[in-house]
Amino acid sequence: MTDVASQPVAPHTVFAALRHNRSAQIGIGLLMLFLVAALFGSWLSPYSLSPSKDEIFQPPSRAHWLGTDDAGVDMLSLIIRGARVSLLVGVASALVAMVIGGTVGVLTGYFGGRIDSVLMRVTDYFLVIPDVPLMVVAAALFGRSLQNIILIIALIYWASTARMIRAQTRSVRERTYVRRSRAMGASNARVLLTHVVPQVVPLLLALTVLQVALGIYAETFVTFLGLGDPSAVSWGSILQAASASSAQTNGAWWSVVPPGLCVTMVVVGFTLVGQALEEELNPRLRVGHLSFRHFSLRIREVEHG
Amino acid sequence: MTRYLLKRLAFAALTIFAALTVNFILFRALPGDAVSGLKCRQCTPEFKEAQRAALGLDQSLWQQYVLYLKGLLHGDLGNSWRPPHPTVWSQLWDPIKRTLPMILLGTVFSVVIGVSLGLLAAWRRGSMLDRTATGMSLAAYSMPTQWLALLMVLYLAGWLGLPTSGVKDPDLEIAQLLGDVGWWELFIDQLRHMILPALAIGIVFAGDYAIITRSALVETLSEDYVLTARAKGLSRWTVIRRHALPNAALPIVTLMALSLGTVVGGVLVVEYVFSYSGIGLTVVQAISERDYPVLQGAFLLLTVAVVFANLFADLLYPKLDPRVVLR
Repeated sequence: MTDVASQPVAPHTVFAALRHNRSAQIGIGLLMLFLVAALFGSWLSPYSLSPSKDEIFQPPSRAHWLGTDDAGVDMLSLIIRGARVSLLVGVASALVAMVIGGTVGVLTGYFGGRIDSVLMRVTDYFLVIPDVPLMVVAAALFGRSLQNIILIIALIYWASTARMIRAQTRSVRERTYVRRSRAMGASNARVLLTHVVPQVVPLLLALTVLQVALGIYAETFVTFLGLGDPSAVSWGSILQAASASSAQTNGAWWSVVPPGLCVTMVVVGFTLVGQALEEELNPRLRVGHLSFRHFSLRIREVEHG
Repeated sequence: MTRYLLKRLAFAALTIFAALTVNFILFRALPGDAVSGLKCRQCTPEFKEAQRAALGLDQSLWQQYVLYLKGLLHGDLGNSWRPPHPTVWSQLWDPIKRTLPMILLGTVFSVVIGVSLGLLAAWRRGSMLDRTATGMSLAAYSMPTQWLALLMVLYLAGWLGLPTSGVKDPDLEIAQLLGDVGWWELFIDQLRHMILPALAIGIVFAGDYAIITRSALVETLSEDYVLTARAKGLSRWTVIRRHALPNAALPIVTLMALSLGTVVGGVLVVEYVFSYSGIGLTVVQAISERDYPVLQGAFLLLTVAVVFANLFADLLYPKLDPRVVLR
C-alpha cells in the first residue's frame, strides 16, 4: 500500500498553499459567483417566476437578457434561482456521504477485523454498481422529493470516501508516534481523537469538495428523467423543461445553453478546488486523472499502488 | 494466479448475488404491491386475491425470495405489468441489441478523441497547447451528458444532416417490408441514427481518456530509458510510439472496462434525448409507466453487465502489465 501523505499536514498550511495554486483560484472564483447567486437569488433575480402567456420562448432582449422559456418565465431569473437547489443538493449529499464515509473509513481502518471485511464488501458493491440507474430506480420507488434525492445520492457515493479514508487511517495507524502512544497505554478513543482524526480530516475535506461536484452532476440526471422534486427549480429541472418543450428542435438555444453551462462551470469549479486540495495534501498521490467519476480506479492505485 | 482468479470470480459472483438481493428488497419495499394498484371493472377484491395468488404475492417474503431466485435461474425475469403482459426478457432483448453497438461506437469516439488530446498535451507539455487540451478535457468531463446531447440537436444535427430521433428511418422500414432495400442501405441508415448519441457519450468520456493518456505519457517520458532512446537518435514520435504509448495502454484498457457503469448512466439520458429505443429509453419508459418488473429486469441486467466488465478488467490487468503482483 502506498504511504499516503507521510508528513502530518495542518489544515492552515493547506489553505495557505491553495492561495498560490492557479487552478484552485479559478475554481474558487467560479464558485463564489454561484454561491452569491444561491444565497441572494431571490433579491438578484430581475423577475418573479410566474408564467406570462404573451412572452413564450422570447429570444434574448434588453428586457430579458437570456430570453424566456416555454411558459414565458424569464430565463435569467430561473437560472439564478436554480443555483440554490442545485448547490443545496450537491452540498447536502456530500455532507451526508462525508459523515457516513468518514465514520466507516476511520473505524474500519483503525479496528480492522471482521466488521472491516464485511463493510469493505459492502463498499465493493456500491463501487461496482451502475450509479445512475440505481439512483433512478430508487428515486422512482421512493418518491420525488428533494430530501429523497439528497439521501439517495449520498447513500450511493459514501463508499468511495470510506475507502480512501480507510487507506489513510491505516497508514496513520502504523506511524511510529501513533504506535508509541498506543504502547504507552493510550486508549483507542484517545488515539483516534488526537492522532487519527486530525490526520484524516483534510483529506476528508478534499474528498467532500469533489463529492459536491458529483452530487450536482448526479442531480441533473435524476431530474432530467422526470424524477426531480416537482416544486423545486434546479438547473437539472430547467434543462428537463427545455427538453420537454422541444426547445432543442425549435432552435430556442437560450433555454438550453445557460442551465447546462452553469452545471459545467460549477462542476469544473468544485473539481479544480478539490483536486488542488488533494494535491497539496499528498503530492505523492499525483492526481493523474480526473477524480470524481472514477473513484474505483483511484482506489486501486491507493490500495494496490 | 489461480488463487487470484478464484478470488475475482468469487467476488463477481458475490456482487451479482448482492445485486439480486438488493433488487428484490428495493422493489418489495414499495407501499402496496403489483395488484393493489390495479384499477379496472373486473378488479373486485376477490379478483385481486386470485391475482396475488397467481403472482405468489400471498406467500411469505422468504418464499417469494426463493421463488424469485428460482425464476432467475431459469432466465425468467417475470412479465411486464403492461397489457398484453409480454415477458420482461422479450422487452429487453431488442433494446439491448440496439444499445450495444451504440456504446461500442461511443467508446471508439472516446478513445480516439481522448487519446489524441492526451497525446497532444503530453507532446507539448507545459505549453499553451497542453493547457488548452487539459482545460478542454476537464470541460468535456464536467458537462451533463444530456446537455451535450441537446446541444448536438441544436447545432450539429442540421449541419451534419444527421437524424435526431429514432433508430431507423420509417420510410426505409416500410421499404424493407416490401423487400426492395439492400442490407447495406439499412446498415448505413442505422449507423446514421447511431452517430449523434454515440458522439455525445464519446465526447463526455473523452476527457477521462485524455487525462489518463497524458499522465501516463508524461510519466514514461521522464524515464531514463526514454532519454537513452532519444540519445540513440530515435525521433520523438518513434519514442512515443514504441515506449510511451504501450505504457498508456494499460490505464486506457482498464478505464474502458471500468467506466461502463458510468457510461450506462449517460446512455439513459442520451437515448431519452434522441428517442433512441435502446435499453436506456426502455428504463425511462418503464419509470413513467410504473412498469416495475421491466425496470427491475433492466436494472439487474445492467448491473450484471457492469460486474462482468469489472471482472474482465481484473483478469486483463495482469496480462497487460506483468509487473502487477497478484494477491
